[in-house]
Amino acid sequence: MYTYSDFDEAFVRARVAQFSGQVERRIDGSLTEDEFRPLRLMNGLYLQLHAYMLRVAIPYGTLNPRQMRQLAHIADTWDKGYGHFTTRQNIQYNWPVLKDVPAILSALADVEMHAIQTSGNCVRNVTADHFAGAAADEIEDPRPVAELLRQWSTDHPEFQFLPRKFKIAITGSPNDRAVTRAHDIGLRMVRNAAGEPGFEVIVGGGLGRTPMIGHTVRGFLPKADLLPYVEAVLSVYNMLGRRDNKYKARIKITVHETGVDEITRLIEERFAEIRPGFGGYDQELLAQIEAAFAPPVFRTAPTDAYDAFYSADPVFRAWADTNLARHRNDEYAIVTISLKAHGETPGDATSAQMRAMADLAERYGHSELRISHEQNVILPHVHKSDLPALHAALAQVGLATANVGLISDIIACPGMDYCALATARSIPVAQDIALRFDELKLEHEVGPLKIKISGCINACGHHHVGHIGILGLDRAGVENYQITLGGDGTETAVVGERAGPGFAYTEIVPAIERLIHAYLEQRTEPAETFLQTYRRVGLAPFKAALYPAEAAQNAA
Amino acid sequence: MSRPYIPKVVTANALLEGDVIYLTADDRWSRQHHEAELIEDEAHAQMRLLHAAAQKSKVVGAYLADAKAGPNGPEPVHFREAFRTRGPSNYFHGKQETAAQ
Ligand code: SF4
Repeated sequence: MYTYSDFDEAFVRARVAQFSGQVERRIDGSLTEDEFRPLRLMNGLYLQLHAYMLRVAIPYGTLNPRQMRQLAHIADTWDKGYGHFTTRQNIQYNWPVLKDVPAILSALADVEMHAIQTSGNCVRNVTADHFAGAAADEIEDPRPVAELLRQWSTDHPEFQFLPRKFKIAITGSPNDRAVTRAHDIGLRMVRNAAGEPGFEVIVGGGLGRTPMIGHTVRGFLPKADLLPYVEAVLSVYNMLGRRDNKYKARIKITVHETGVDEITRLIEERFAEIRPGFGGYDQELLAQIEAAFAPPVFRTAPTDAYDAFYSADPVFRAWADTNLARHRNDEYAIVTISLKAHGETPGDATSAQMRAMADLAERYGHSELRISHEQNVILPHVHKSDLPALHAALAQVGLATANVGLISDIIACPGMDYCALATARSIPVAQDIALRFDELKLEHEVGPLKIKISGCINACGHHHVGHIGILGLDRAGVENYQITLGGDGTETAVVGERAGPGFAYTEIVPAIERLIHAYLEQRTEPAETFLQTYRRVGLAPFKAALYPAEAAQNAA
Repeated sequence: MSRPYIPKVVTANALLEGDVIYLTADDRWSRQHHEAELIEDEAHAQMRLLHAAAQKSKVVGAYLADAKAGPNGPEPVHFREAFRTRGPSNYFHGKQETAAQ
């Protein structure tokens, strides 16, 4: 894993010192809120509904056990003993008080972490495939490039005041687990005809008020051209992006208004102009970073104990079937630890759970942890012979829920339980859906299904790309939930279709239940997933299930 | 005829803790909604808001929220304001927790 250079260390420490002074001056009254607000936001500190919230970056979702323990320590010392992992691979603390924030930032700096650029109109935390460096289908580990982008974008003088925030996602696999098509820039690794690795560059994707799937501006970009190319995209956007209207400021609108051909031409033109200035230093730096991401030394041992356990223990088998993914080393597996126990808050982990995951990563996982945008924790490298022991240890701390990829593995943003921008709650909706389907004992029969919930139009919960998306709105002073269907966040990305009028808070879980029954009736065989069925039969049967009264009327 | 004015309370977050606070008639900041001053006159509401916003070293983001009279003092009208009087629904944290202590 990448470790900070002296420069990184000095930079982060200097930032903490600066911010400590700013907090002091805010408290003694020499800074007004108007002066302080942009400063605190630059350091990840928000003011939410009930308290301050500190958003800490977890670059490309990668953590080591020492960092995870420090996150637990922060939760215990300055917060309420837990943290919330987000769809941006960040962690949020919901209850810090202002005077403690410098101490928290300093504790983060002790383990090479920070909260810089987790807010504001700059390049945000670069997100990556959570299976990076481990997945069987991966061409190359994308994290060195993500780290290069992090270093390049941090405090980049040209890109601190972009028209709007800017999000980059990267995947080293052709199978997209990083939702690259819904980011300002998506980078998806592919091979060219000669078999060399490079990137498909996707620009102008984004969810929120105006959801759009990104456009490919380069089908194949050689790896060596990546940094100047990304800089060219940013530079064109910085010039063209609208600063007159916040709702039209994201690059997706710039692409939409300028046209894909024209924006591609401008990017290529700018790229040709700046490419010669990149004399190869970026490639030297990348090579150094790549060395830091060398894979662990995999061990070789028999795996028959795993096979025996798998056939003998149904609880273990259920977990293995849902929570394991194929590792590029056949003796290993990628383990997803579900932070979605039925009835709990999606993405939350207690400090005790964080410590347990850190210990288990050390004991069984080559000391690596990842946070997924789906709000789970990944142990990317576990030898199969260790899986039964790992599973037993996870069960002791409430982390052995066998539901990854199923109906209760729900993405939910904080919604109106925390977020100042929310128009409705999302967490309790997720909790109730999970509890209901657990009670019905249906979720394994239903199979792969992604429900994603946002508490407002900003779509942090990615509802547009959920197979079932739920958007919480305020309709005349009452919480109201709109359903979208058929969304997809992978390489075949699609924005979901609105099903019809919204549902009241008490009606949303029954509505989802009707949808699921409609799916079970419609599917040709158990192997046909919800999304496949939806693509085959379309909206009509689901609409009929959602709005039975209207359906009856139409039939009459 | 003009529509009747919906009564208001002045609310904000405390600078140091971020906790939700309400302006009282005797110029204190209370953590409890029912202690807030229920303002029934638009011009007076604007004055009180200005007064609140001027206290820059104590409060952040002061605004007027709809409220109504209740048996124990003003009550919130909108669900967002109701949540702000309690705290989140997934954990017993925030005001509901302090109230129970
Ligand atoms: S989607 Fe809206 S409610 Fe949810 S976290 Fe984002 S801004 Fe807040």
